[in-house]
Amino acid sequence: MSLWSYANPVRFMGATRPLVPILGAVAGVCLVLGLAWGFFFTPDDYRQGSTVKIIYLHVPAALMAINAWFMMLVASLVWLVRRHHVSALAARAAAPVGLTMTLIALVTGAVWGQPMWGTWWAWDPRLTAFLILFLFYLGYIALWEAVEEPDAAADLTSVLCLVGSVFAVLSRYAVNFWNQGLHQGASLSLDAETNVADVFYYPLLVCIAGFVALFGALVLLRTRTEIRARRLHVLRLRERMADA
Amino acid sequence: MPDLGRYALEVSLAYGLSAVLILGLVVLSVARAARVARALDRAEARRNG
Repeated sequence: MSLWSYANPVRFMGATRPLVPILGAVAGVCLVLGLAWGFFFTPDDYRQGSTVKIIYLHVPAALMAINAWFMMLVASLVWLVRRHHVSALAARAAAPVGLTMTLIALVTGAVWGQPMWGTWWAWDPRLTAFLILFLFYLGYIALWEAVEEPDAAADLTSVLCLVGSVFAVLSRYAVNFWNQGLHQGASLSLDAETNVADVFYYPLLVCIAGFVALFGALVLLRTRTEIRARRLHVLRLRERMADA
Repeated sequence: MPDLGRYALEVSLAYGLSAVLILGLVVLSVARAARVARALDRAEARRNG
């Protein structure tokens, strides 16, 4: 069966019904396990002390903040090219999840940065790109709410998503473009020299798996809700027309 | 409870705020899903007579 067959709302609803609780359960197990492992059973860092425990929230949230935008980008492109409504609704459904992940990354970063850098905030390339990404999420959600005609809203938000992708890329690679700023390089690397130590790495991987599953569960749940809301809107319009 | 030393406030704050944001998102998403599903069921019932 082709992937495009899931652009049919009925087929999408049928296929995703069992996935939401499964992904939700995986997310719950991984998050509880990973966060408990990281919080209770890993040592303090020799330089950063116990603040290293913030990594189990900050890194997965930052990863998901960027990847949620890329997922929205792919869905928006599918909408613009093939006009599949489910993809536009999936992009809309992902935005509040991405916004929350971005906010968690910003908040935990500020709380971590204060004792390590001596400041809650700095106009560092990566931090600034993340703040702009946060504002793009807000703008994207506001635009969906502001435009009444659904297809026009999907068109406009898709274009906004394309523009915002620049900052999603910058959020990830800004530290490579500009060799300046307070933020360190990537915590996760294939290079064993720069990757975090194994004692932090494995619980971090479990937490990342938890955040990915949580993102999947929430996006599917919210997409299903958007499809139902669209159907409800149509039925109410028909009722009004019948009454008139 | 591990000894968080002099950074206890920062670590607790990070975990507390993240928990509020994640749980808030989950609760709002589930609540809206249930509300919309109920409203759609009612609308479909009216439509089907």
